[in-house]
Amino acid sequence: MLHRIGLADIEELFADVPSEARVRGPLALPPVLSEPEVLALLGDLAARNASAAHYACFLGAGVYDHHIPAVVPTLVGRAEFLTSYTPYQAEISQGLLQSIYEYQTLVCQLTDMDAANASMYDGATALAEAAVMAGAATRRNRFLLPRTVHPFYRRVVTTYLAPLAYEVVELPWDASGGVDGEALARELDEHTAALLFQHPNFFGCLEDAAALTEAAHRVGALAVPIVDPISLGLLKPPGAYGADIVVAEGQSLGNQMSFGGPLLGLMACRKELLRNLPGRLVGATTDHEGRTGFCLTLQAREQHIRREKASSNICTNEALNALAATVYLCTLGKQGLRRVAELCLQKAHYAFDRLREVGFTAPFSRPFFKEFALKAPGPVGALNERLLAAGILGGLDLERLLPELAGHTLLCVTEKRTRAEIDRLVEVARG
Amino acid sequence: MNLPADAKYSKSHEWVRVEGDLATVGITDYAQAQLGEVVYIELPQTGRLVHQDESFGSVESVKAVSDLISPVSGEIVEVNEELVDSPETVNEDPYTAGWMVIIRMDEPGELNDLLSAEEYQAFTEEEG
Amino acid sequence: MVEPLIFELSRPGRVAFSLPECDVPERPVAELLPSDQLRDELPLPEVSAPQVVRHFTRLSRMNYGVDLGFYPLGSCTMKYNPKVNEAAAALPGFAQAHPLAGEALSQGALRLLYELQAMLAEIGGMDAVTLQPVAGAQGELTGLLMIRAYHQHRGDTARTRILVPDSSHGTNPATAARWGDTITSIPSNARGRVDLAQLRAQMDERVAGLMLTNPNTLGLFEDEVLEITRTVHDGGGLVYLDGANMNAILGIVRPGDLGFDVMHFNLHKTFSTPHGGGGPGAAAVAAKAHLEPFLPVPRVVERNGTYALSEDAPHSIGRLHSFYGNFANLLRAYTYLRSLGPDGLRRVAEGAVLNANYLLALVKEEYEVPFGDRCMHEFVASAERQAARGVRALDIAKRLIDHGFHPPTMYFPLIVREALMIEPTETESMETLEAFAEALCAIAREAREDPEQVREAPHRGPIVARPVRRLDEVSAARHPNLRWTPQS
Repeated sequence: MLHRIGLADIEELFADVPSEARVRGPLALPPVLSEPEVLALLGDLAARNASAAHYACFLGAGVYDHHIPAVVPTLVGRAEFLTSYTPYQAEISQGLLQSIYEYQTLVCQLTDMDAANASMYDGATALAEAAVMAGAATRRNRFLLPRTVHPFYRRVVTTYLAPLAYEVVELPWDASGGVDGEALARELDEHTAALLFQHPNFFGCLEDAAALTEAAHRVGALAVPIVDPISLGLLKPPGAYGADIVVAEGQSLGNQMSFGGPLLGLMACRKELLRNLPGRLVGATTDHEGRTGFCLTLQAREQHIRREKASSNICTNEALNALAATVYLCTLGKQGLRRVAELCLQKAHYAFDRLREVGFTAPFSRPFFKEFALKAPGPVGALNERLLAAGILGGLDLERLLPELAGHTLLCVTEKRTRAEIDRLVEVARG
Repeated sequence: MNLPADAKYSKSHEWVRVEGDLATVGITDYAQAQLGEVVYIELPQTGRLVHQDESFGSVESVKAVSDLISPVSGEIVEVNEELVDSPETVNEDPYTAGWMVIIRMDEPGELNDLLSAEEYQAFTEEEG
Repeated sequence: MVEPLIFELSRPGRVAFSLPECDVPERPVAELLPSDQLRDELPLPEVSAPQVVRHFTRLSRMNYGVDLGFYPLGSCTMKYNPKVNEAAAALPGFAQAHPLAGEALSQGALRLLYELQAMLAEIGGMDAVTLQPVAGAQGELTGLLMIRAYHQHRGDTARTRILVPDSSHGTNPATAARWGDTITSIPSNARGRVDLAQLRAQMDERVAGLMLTNPNTLGLFEDEVLEITRTVHDGGGLVYLDGANMNAILGIVRPGDLGFDVMHFNLHKTFSTPHGGGGPGAAAVAAKAHLEPFLPVPRVVERNGTYALSEDAPHSIGRLHSFYGNFANLLRAYTYLRSLGPDGLRRVAEGAVLNANYLLALVKEEYEVPFGDRCMHEFVASAERQAARGVRALDIAKRLIDHGFHPPTMYFPLIVREALMIEPTETESMETLEAFAEALCAIAREAREDPEQVREAPHRGPIVARPVRRLDEVSAARHPNLRWTPQS
């Protein structure tokens, strides 16, 4: 090939690279491994993690051990989806484009909103982008962010908003485990762009979503909940209580936990806010012979055309995770998602009741869905070590993220947990 | 190229027609042709004050977006809401039905900064 | 062949799931949750398992991927995605690892991250790495926030200008402007490189930094890069490398040795993690020591052979992801790097540049190539000659589909008219390159002899099922239909 293009040495192709800066000799990288060797190495590393494959997982707090139907990886792993790029060439990307259109529809159905985008990075960045969107739509610069929102999400929102000279005001929680109503009333004002809240919140508690939304609307602010999509199998959808922008962490919908990534940011809004919605959108249209087809649309909002005036800088998103969510929601359907939600609810309450029989106390009084906080009779670290020895990944030691909740554990019970596993948890916890 | 002689033109491809202190503004035939089929127009609220050379909105085609630049300073007193639902009007009839805003001018002297139809024609030939 | 929407296949009572009976005492939902918090209906589809499988399998057959054929999408580095990466990502010890299990129970994952950080630091010639950003655009945000924090930490608060070449990726100005910086575009010179004189003229005490892609989006190495980075540093600014095109220089030259202060790697381009139809990606950010204090938290650190997550960084810009980034893609990139070794990595760059130059030589008779006879890993041809006969870059791209190829990137970079940006990557054979070149040249001949054939493309094509022809993107944007509704 070199000869055909008139070169004698491959080095001539790099003639523009300043020679004084060139790499001399090989980089200091580990030596090459064959496929069996590399798989053996990775197998060894994988075995050093205590995963839900070998332990009964009662950990949640943002990433959840829900069952993934076998059809999901089978379909999502198809090479035509896995190894394609963003569907810029509509004629040879109809499969992916149609699936995104179906995804947008499913997100709207789940949340009762008018329009959804093709995905964001994760729940946390979707919440941050929703805040930026609310700032643009209201031309206001103040955001209320209750401390009942996941601490990591709050840090991401602050990281995104602080450089924009946006003011982020934290609100405390009250004894019930929800947003403190007095603080909310005090802080909501005519400069507030949005109230961002989590529902069910970080502690698993249901917020008074309708009341929070109404309070935000009274001062002309937007209501922006971040929700658990599994909970929407039972809970009132955000559109029904008047939410303006809805975001969610969608990992639960057919995606692996994978040590926290990739995740999936769901994002939907009322139709009046569509032009401010960041990210890709797929629309239905027709070809010149009248057949229905799908294409990327409203692209002039996006960075590759609008450059410095784009509604967001997002380009690469989480398309494959959105596809997994699409297949998951179609597989579970109307009855299945409700059933998963009911099983989570029932099992979580069974575990909650049993643990209170053995000395755990509840710090909060609000109704909860699949997660709940409890004060343990002893140190949470020691408890979790005993649980681990019994094959159980215990709850989150809340002190790690919220020092004022020392001695509290945040437990999550999904539909995968069996009564036997919950009973074992209770027996070990009894100490 | 269609260039009504009764209008004045800006180098950012807007046209202006003046009646008293009211200036009606739209984009030129040349601009709509360069942009291609218009799919969306973002227009300001009435009552907004704009300065000469300031952006008051934007116009989008499938693959491009371009700012609308005010040729004069003043208050936006009327906006062509019809364009929101039928942006194709800008392509079909840029100088009449495709008007975008009416501005009550603060400084009619600014009109002297604008080009005549002949000057604008020469300018686009140079640019193209 | 048109596949109905899944919603149109729905019939009441059909199910595709299998869930266990409730094995705990079941209480009425109304006892557990307030009735005003419950939803009335859940309008999801009702379909059977075979319907789900056939529906998405049929959709997959309407989609083109690297595993089907050549995908020369410039700037996107659509290389072969090794299957061993997928096998590694599927290991239950990784796939089912919970991010909050705690450091002691996550040593395998943390060690992998730590070693990947070290490998990327070596490849970039940098001192410290974060693996948290999940996409190139988020890597840019990370780098810009670090640059801003660096200046502010020194009390130099007036630096809010970011310089960006006119050939840059759209995300560069979008990211900088979105977070409040003022953008100044630096024109390219006649050789397709940054115009140094223009750069010098723009330098002042308000310049925070320059964002540069090198090789640039024209596929050219910025041969004055040392002078560029020196100029910006002399003016008190920092230099960011958009690492989208790292595939061309792996093991050849390190950005850190060229004077870059901070950069991102697109692991989904350079290090073979699959693009997944638009994501997920992964984008590590690497920085010199003077920027290390500003890296996002948590950092993955090592203490006496034990790996840990450290939040101990008072000057950190904060956090960019719910957890630690797109771990499953990070582990795919790790697998790729371990499978290549240092020599293999250098051969990636050599192969990518050789393939691009070979292809360039095969098509330059028929197509204008505005910036010369040599390129790095990609080149930008122009269809101006064909456009003069009414056949535009878009038409040529669509006609390539008829020949069974994915089209190149079109109309980018913006500074080349009728641009066709072609990146073959190192994983293509000489035969594939020749077949593609022959198709491109055949289309050029057709543009002369029968332009209507090209303008009406795509016509046919065996490689994927194609239910539609060119779509009406104008009415799609004028009257957005973004979701199915029962009456539509």
